[in-house]
Amino acid sequence: MSQTTPAWASEARWKKIAIWVTAGSFVLLIFLTFDTLSKVSVGGERVRAYSVINQEIDYRYDEQKKRYQPVIGKGAPLFGRVFSEEEAEKLVTLGKKTVQAKNCMNCHTLLGNGAYYAPDLTKAWLDPGWIDAANRENLMLAFLKDPVSNARSFGSGRRMPNLGITDEEAHGIVAFLKWMSAIDTNGFPNNFKTLNAKE
Amino acid sequence: MNSIVSALPGKITSLFGKLDSPYLNGGQQLAVKYFSVATVLFFAQLLFGLLAAIQFVAPGFLFGWLDFSVNRMIHINAMVVWLLYGFIGSVYWFLEEESGTEIAGLKLGNIAFYVLTGAVTIVVLVFLLIQTGPGKDTTIWFINEGREYIEAPRWADFGIVAVMLVFFYNVAGTFAKGRWSGISGVLTLDLIALAGLYCAGMFYLTNITADQYWWWWVIHLWVEATWEVLVGCIMAWSLMHLIGARRKIVQTWLYIEVALMFGSGILGLGHHYFWIGTPDYWFSIGGFFSALEPIPLVAMVVHSVYDAGVHQFKSRNHPALAWIIAHTFGNFLGAGVWGFMHTLPQINLYTHGTQWSASHGHLAFFGAYATINIAFFYMAVQKWRGNVWMGGELPGNGWKWKWAMALLNVGVLGMTVALLIAGYEQSFIERAMEGSTWSAYFSAQNHPWFQQAMHWRLLFGLITIAGLVLLIWDLVTIGKGETRPALQLLEAE
Repeated sequence: MSQTTPAWASEARWKKIAIWVTAGSFVLLIFLTFDTLSKVSVGGERVRAYSVINQEIDYRYDEQKKRYQPVIGKGAPLFGRVFSEEEAEKLVTLGKKTVQAKNCMNCHTLLGNGAYYAPDLTKAWLDPGWIDAANRENLMLAFLKDPVSNARSFGSGRRMPNLGITDEEAHGIVAFLKWMSAIDTNGFPNNFKTLNAKE
Repeated sequence: MNSIVSALPGKITSLFGKLDSPYLNGGQQLAVKYFSVATVLFFAQLLFGLLAAIQFVAPGFLFGWLDFSVNRMIHINAMVVWLLYGFIGSVYWFLEEESGTEIAGLKLGNIAFYVLTGAVTIVVLVFLLIQTGPGKDTTIWFINEGREYIEAPRWADFGIVAVMLVFFYNVAGTFAKGRWSGISGVLTLDLIALAGLYCAGMFYLTNITADQYWWWWVIHLWVEATWEVLVGCIMAWSLMHLIGARRKIVQTWLYIEVALMFGSGILGLGHHYFWIGTPDYWFSIGGFFSALEPIPLVAMVVHSVYDAGVHQFKSRNHPALAWIIAHTFGNFLGAGVWGFMHTLPQINLYTHGTQWSASHGHLAFFGAYATINIAFFYMAVQKWRGNVWMGGELPGNGWKWKWAMALLNVGVLGMTVALLIAGYEQSFIERAMEGSTWSAYFSAQNHPWFQQAMHWRLLFGLITIAGLVLLIWDLVTIGKGETRPALQLLEAE
């Protein structure tokens, strides 16, 4: 092992490369993080203001972009009332905290992330399974509060367990799901036909 | 009652004290404690995975008692924690040899071990017995954070960070008073990143897009960047120790791997930012860099097989070397190939959030991380027994380690393929054909192809557990009564 090491195999050179590549990638990531976080702040085009729960939300194919995207429509009060921005944030926050506290993500996926034992919740508000827009809220509330009696198994035998979700928390979850369905997810899920499309 | 509680710490320390061996240095005694808890958690991982797998084929099983969400959470958390225990143990193991001096702050390191193990026990008991709480901050702080992979409640997060700081002090302090090397330099910087990144997962956000943005900083930059570099360090040291590979060669490879791993892995993070509400420039960045992620893993295969070949596969520990080779191939196939298959956004639109990810996850975590920890367990038990012979011609031709290895690899590979078939079917039927509604989801789940795949997964899961039982039996018996000393290697610096 006495031959000299060729330049491309030099330990010192690779050490320098490793340091520069790592530092460079990390600096780029920091830059992209600032840019991304500014583009996904609540109230922007991608992530809507919490008060979007006062409006009609749909998800349709965009001919120009060639992908599905959320469409915000006319006023459509949730639970029969219009929420101020502050009230809406409070309700969606309760919903989000309940979703974490009940460990939803270890059966369901949210924005496609989580476990695969139960359906994705990204567009749950728009799912045609709620049959029509008029009854949707009540069906959702009833299901969340007592999922065993109101089981929606689609013949799979899988049921959601009773998680002790209170009436208030159920309202929060529905608001959270409605707000989440308005997030622009770059066309995921593809080819999703909403409850409105069915109507 | 009080006397039992006050006597408990003494009882626990004396229990772990039984693991001490006169052949080990201080860091290695501590490492053995970490390894033994890691093995228990490894078994817990498989046990709760089995319960979850049964629920896929028999949904009524344990319904309302131990629901899928609980089993799946413990399955994955036990895995994350036992792998970390294995890594921490491995570093404590080689700390004194690599630095040429006695470990700094061993007493503190021992206290940190008991604190961490106590915290893990409490977290698991709360997961099992309390499971969920009301939609308030108190639940996130004391019961369950509800974010996949990092469900540990906030109080435990602070405990984990504190223990990590002690661990970091042990490592950096020991190298600082002894000698530095390429391996120790990379390791120390990697540990700073590892501990720092965990903090990105320690705050609550209602904005789920920003929430998942930071969440992936922890999950991806741990698993696909800092963990990979950490096992790169462990492997570099293991190759020198096992086959007498030259330091100059393994360190050059380590730098190459760091450059490729961080060069592809840091921006490869973008493949998690396709569909969570983040801008679509992540399609190009995430697609491109994550497609490069397999390259360093190819380098690892070439490196380990070539080095082992140069030394005519002469090693001081056959089971450990076999598991190192399994690690390089498993890492390349599971993390590299299986990841690459669905990393491009054009494919990922249909595979994101399906059993594809489960398939990839099973082979990647086993191939990249479980294997190298097992290799280290064998190295540890060899020295623990008094640096005894562990080459060829073991009693019974070493059937136990060979069968354990075969069963574990066949089991995991079988689960991977079964889940891949389920993933294909789900992508086609739920996503491509029926458009991802709830009814589309269930029509894919109810399809015979999916159901059959889940039965096969359960069968291969049982094979995996049989492999682990045999592995544990082998680890506690191998080298017992062995009188031949370990093979001496010429270690060239």
